[in-house]
Amino acid sequence: MNMKSNEWPLWEVFIRSKQGLNHKHVGSLRAPDAEMALQNARDVYTRRSEGISIWVVQSSMIVASDPTEADALFEPADSKVYRHPTFYDLPDGIEHM
Amino acid sequence: METITLEKLAENFQAKIDADIKIEPNDWMPENYRKTLIRQISQHAHSEIVGMLPEGNWITRAPSLRRKAVLLAKVQDEAGHGLYLYSATETLGVSREDTIDDLHEGKVKYSSIFNYPTLTWADMGAVGWLVDGAAIMNQVALCRTSYGPYARAMVKICKEESFHQRQGYEIMTNLMKGTALQKEMAQDALNRFWWPALMMFGPSDAESKHTEQSMRWRVKRYTNDELRQAFVDATVPQAELIGLTVPDPKLKWNEERGHYDFGDIDWDEFWQVVGGNGPCNKERIEARVKAKEDGAWVREAALAFAEKRKMRENQ
Ligand SMILES: [Fe+2]
Ligand SMILES: [Fe+2]
Repeated sequence: MNMKSNEWPLWEVFIRSKQGLNHKHVGSLRAPDAEMALQNARDVYTRRSEGISIWVVQSSMIVASDPTEADALFEPADSKVYRHPTFYDLPDGIEHM
Repeated sequence: METITLEKLAENFQAKIDADIKIEPNDWMPENYRKTLIRQISQHAHSEIVGMLPEGNWITRAPSLRRKAVLLAKVQDEAGHGLYLYSATETLGVSREDTIDDLHEGKVKYSSIFNYPTLTWADMGAVGWLVDGAAIMNQVALCRTSYGPYARAMVKICKEESFHQRQGYEIMTNLMKGTALQKEMAQDALNRFWWPALMMFGPSDAESKHTEQSMRWRVKRYTNDELRQAFVDATVPQAELIGLTVPDPKLKWNEERGHYDFGDIDWDEFWQVVGGNGPCNKERIEARVKAKEDGAWVREAALAFAEKRKMRENQ
C-alpha cells in the first residue's frame, strides 16, 4: 500500500451492536490518533444507534492469514469429520444427545 | 510456465464469480478487474461527496427547523457514504489522497447530475425524490456486486438512503398541497430534474463500453437500461399521485411490455455535461479543491499533535 507520509493512518473499526454480542468489523477510516479515530468512528459508523461500544485498531497492527495458503491452512479441519456429532451412530431410541 | 499459472488463476477467479463467491481484498484478481473497481468505486465516492454541494447550498435557507435538521442529516449521511466508499477504494491498493487528487485534476468523473444547479427550495424535493431515488435503484443492485468491500458498503448505504428519498418526496407532496405558486415551483423542479435523473443511469446499453465485461465479472448485476426502466416504472405513479406531470409527451404505459414507454434522452446534453461543460462542473470542482486546500492546515496540525503526544508518552 502506497501510504503518503502526510496521510493520516488507517484504522479498522469494530462495533458491539448490543450488550452480549461480539464486536464486529464494520469498516475503516483515517484519523491522526486513537482518540480521533474513536470520534470519527462514532460519526461515520454509529449515526443510527448501531453500537454501544467501539474498538479501533490501527490497520498496520493487524496480522492476516494469506488467502493463497487458505487450502493448506484449513484443509486439516475439513478432513476430521469425527469432530462433528453427526459422525457418531446412536442406537434407536436415543433422540437427543 | 508463467502464462499457464496466470490462465489458471483467471479461470479460478471467474469460477468464484460464477458461483457468487465474493472477492476479498487480498484475493488474486485480474488487473482489469482491479482497475474497473477502482474507477467505479472512486467515481461513486466522489459522487457522494460532490453531491453534498447542491443540497448543502440550501441548509441555511431551509424553510423550517424540521426541514433544516432533515437536510443536515441527509447531507451528513452523504459524507458518510463517501467515506465508506473511499475506504473500499483503498482496499484495492490506491491511496485516498491520490484518488481525491484524480478527481480534482479531472481524471475521474462523478455523477453528471450534480453539475445541475439547485435554484429553488423545490429542488431539494426533486433531488431527494429523483436523484436519491435513482441512486437507490443503482445501489440496491450493487448490494450483490462481486467485490466484498464494495458490496458491504452498499448494504450500509442502502439502509441509510431510504429516508433520503422519502424526505424529498414529502417536500414535493407538501408543495403540491400548497398555493398555485408552490405547485408551480414543484412542477418546475420536476421539469428540470426529470431528464438529468434518467441520465444518471449512464449511456444506453448499446453505447456503454464497460457494461458487458462488468456484467461478466458481476461488478454490475443489471444493465443501465434495465435500471432506468425500473426507475421510470416506479416513479411515474408517484408523480401522478401528487398531481405532478412528468415532462415527457411520449410517456405512456405499455400494457404488452408491462412497462412505461418513454421518450428519447438528449444524449448530446449528457455527453456535454460528462465532458465538463455542464452548468456547474467548474464550480463543483473548485469547491472541492478549495475545501481540500483550506483544510490542509487542520489535517497537518492534527497529525503534528498526535506525533508530539506519542513522543511525550514514549519519554
Ligand atoms: Fe448517498
Ligand atoms: Fe442519499
